[in-house]
Amino acid sequence: MVGMTDTEQASARTLELAERLRAAIGAAKVLTDPAQLRTYECDGLEAFRVRPGVVVLAEHRDDVVRTVKLCAQAGIPFVARGSGTGLSGGAVPVSDGVLIVLSRLRSIVDVDPDNARMVVEPGVINLWVTREAAPHDQLYAPDPSSQQVCSIGGNVAENSGGAHCLKYGFTVNHVMGAEVVLADGEVVHLGGSAPEHPGLDLLGAFVGSEGTLGVVTQVTVRLLRVPESVQTMLVGFHSVADAAGTVSDIIAAGILPAAIEMMDALAIEAAEAAVQCNYPEGAEAVLVIELDGPQVEVDEQFEHVETLARARHAFETRIAADAEDRALMWKGRKSAFAAVGRISPSYYVQDGVIPRTRLPEILASMSSLADEANLRVANVFHAGDGNLHPLILFDDAVPGAPKAAEELGFAILDLCIEAGGSITGEHGVGLEKKSKMAGQFTAEDLDTMQLVRCAFDPDGLANPGKLFPTPRLCGERPGVRTADTAPDPALGEVF
Amino acid sequence: MAVRSDNNTVLAGVTPGGMATPASAGEVADILRSTTGTVVPVGAGTKTGWAAAPTSCDLLLRTTALDRVVEHVPGDLVVVAEAGVPLETLQGQLAEHNQMLALDPPEPGATLGGIVGANASGPRRLRFGTVRDLLIGVTVVLADGTTARAGGKVVKNVAGYDLGKLYTGAHGALGVLVSTTWRLHPLPAAAGTVTVPVADAAEAGRLANLVARSTLTPTAVELRWDGGSGELVVLFESIPASVEAQSAAAIELLGGGERADEPPDWFGERPTGGVVLRMAYEPHALPRVLAALPAGSAGTASACTGVAYLSVPADADLAALRAAIAPYDGSAVVLGKPADLDVDHWGPVADSFGLMTRVKDQFDPGRRLSPGRLLGGL
Repeated sequence: MVGMTDTEQASARTLELAERLRAAIGAAKVLTDPAQLRTYECDGLEAFRVRPGVVVLAEHRDDVVRTVKLCAQAGIPFVARGSGTGLSGGAVPVSDGVLIVLSRLRSIVDVDPDNARMVVEPGVINLWVTREAAPHDQLYAPDPSSQQVCSIGGNVAENSGGAHCLKYGFTVNHVMGAEVVLADGEVVHLGGSAPEHPGLDLLGAFVGSEGTLGVVTQVTVRLLRVPESVQTMLVGFHSVADAAGTVSDIIAAGILPAAIEMMDALAIEAAEAAVQCNYPEGAEAVLVIELDGPQVEVDEQFEHVETLARARHAFETRIAADAEDRALMWKGRKSAFAAVGRISPSYYVQDGVIPRTRLPEILASMSSLADEANLRVANVFHAGDGNLHPLILFDDAVPGAPKAAEELGFAILDLCIEAGGSITGEHGVGLEKKSKMAGQFTAEDLDTMQLVRCAFDPDGLANPGKLFPTPRLCGERPGVRTADTAPDPALGEVF
Repeated sequence: MAVRSDNNTVLAGVTPGGMATPASAGEVADILRSTTGTVVPVGAGTKTGWAAAPTSCDLLLRTTALDRVVEHVPGDLVVVAEAGVPLETLQGQLAEHNQMLALDPPEPGATLGGIVGANASGPRRLRFGTVRDLLIGVTVVLADGTTARAGGKVVKNVAGYDLGKLYTGAHGALGVLVSTTWRLHPLPAAAGTVTVPVADAAEAGRLANLVARSTLTPTAVELRWDGGSGELVVLFESIPASVEAQSAAAIELLGGGERADEPPDWFGERPTGGVVLRMAYEPHALPRVLAALPAGSAGTASACTGVAYLSVPADADLAALRAAIAPYDGSAVVLGKPADLDVDHWGPVADSFGLMTRVKDQFDPGRRLSPGRLLGGL
């Protein structure tokens, strides 16, 4: 490769790898045509775009193993991708690297209602799991808003949450076992179908590792019994403070609803425009509260919730009359992100967490920040667990507006950190927020996390350049950090 | 920090060279930085037999003086407490606010750090899960004296690797736990139990399955098992109306049963004598696991979760028992044994053992923390 630039050499090596991949797993599963590669440039966070060198459409576990082994031999990084719905750029490819697409690995391997387990491939869509479990009166609890399209493999990578994690926890609380292809191609089984296993809980560390510890090729999930009763209530308030206060009052009363979601006036306006969800007219904020469990419990607790809401001047409380009514209440909430597109040319979703009790105060601070930035913010949160989703509205035709939106989003994350919260409750750190990790954690904290990375993937080939602000060179003494050696896929301006 | 050598503590058959009881994370770090020998961290020492005996213990590091409840914000249902705080002490403070840490391992005096290190749980894991489901933040001191946090103080947080999971059940082999942050639950207003006799293993399985597949929401379903029969107790903890309604429904579902307000004395107790095992397996395999037990076995099973605590005779063939439950993803870990008995503490290793070894070597390259205590002699 004499006479070639570094970039040309990297591309040449990737094309060589593509040839070996074609020989190993079949030419039809290996894409290098630039037009085809374009589809995979970004995930749900469209601001970050990188064209991968090669895309592998894996159809079988062994396709993943062979691909990863060839990448390891060539020293070429790889990124795993599920449905590509992630919102932090976690599945953005590495330039001249390999993107392993898992959406064709979509078999339901085993349904075991007696043990309340299901074994699925990573490309299986979240909602399919609950659909398969339904005939046995069982369900899969994690329900991210994208559940109709997001994959279980992606959920494992991101430790996805959803509206119901207030009561039921996150993906990590519902994944029992995983088959994982490590960065050198070795296949290991973490966890299993029993509730405990001797030795270290490597599965617990793997779930939520955002693709940096290996590629999951099979997942064993835990199913729950469908509750006797599920009831949903929509409550309208004249002020955001009253809605937030009601959330605290419910928790203080010892009630643990399955979900407490909050939307402010701007988010309601957007949802109405998009899906006509018929939320209380004139509300400055609504709460969607869901209780589930034995009928007698749900009935009594709903009375209690209604009393608490009235005490905070709720002007309308409406209990879903039937499944259709309930679905409409949820449709308003679950479509809120996309709906904001109806009232603004562009928007930017952030994801931060604060201690629940600080909600009124932080909302006021967010509002001041938005005013200072001269931007509108629609708020949708998982209020029960303090998980904020500010939707920052802007017009990308206005010079500087995208940058201002991003800065406002990051300023909101700073508020979360100052309040003792987190820079992400469910979207992950990915590419977008890796610089913010240094605000939430010390260098020692981050170095310690990277010890895990060094054990799983010492050469740093699995999804490099994500999650950590500064990669650690494995084998070095703690505290010795290198400059970012992985190709940073961020392309100058975000947006 | 003075390191004493005048102690008579014996740790899983090994006499430590010395003992230290640091009172702050800084003191823990000083000890690890200023010494080079092997260190075995313990809390109150209630579960030292749960891991294999250390291959060496130059210093027994007790965390009992790290005993402050640092922060409790009732409205957030979150508490931060140092590793040496006894669970009972914490529960007492939380109860004043009608809250609890939903963990109920029975060992009296057990500390939070020890409970995390040993991954101890009790009957209510059916409803609330175990340490991994409740621990939301952790601070550890690594073998080289580095102090590192993971997780945080909010229930929902996916920033960075969740190292709390890795330290759970690690018996101090990756670092010394100094502080823990927990998700809390409201204390239930009422409790009630329904108890039914169980004639044999098949009936135990049938009754447990009836409850598991029903819409009942018990906080625990415990089986007392002794010589081929026993009794099953279903515990409901909720608002009074729900406890009443569910108890009545349980009696109908199970075809009878005694109603009581309190769980029986044996509820949640660990068995003693012989070799005490913690067995884990697919929950539906309960009757097959019970049938595989050697004669003379007794103990309790969390009947709907797939975990059992059983005492088996000291001369039982542990390898045969492990092989018999292997088809159900089963494992049997020794929690206690006669001092002179040589047993395979953890059982066989899985295909992830190489990876586990690499994790241990990254965190503790000198293998000075709890050496030999983990699976496979790590």
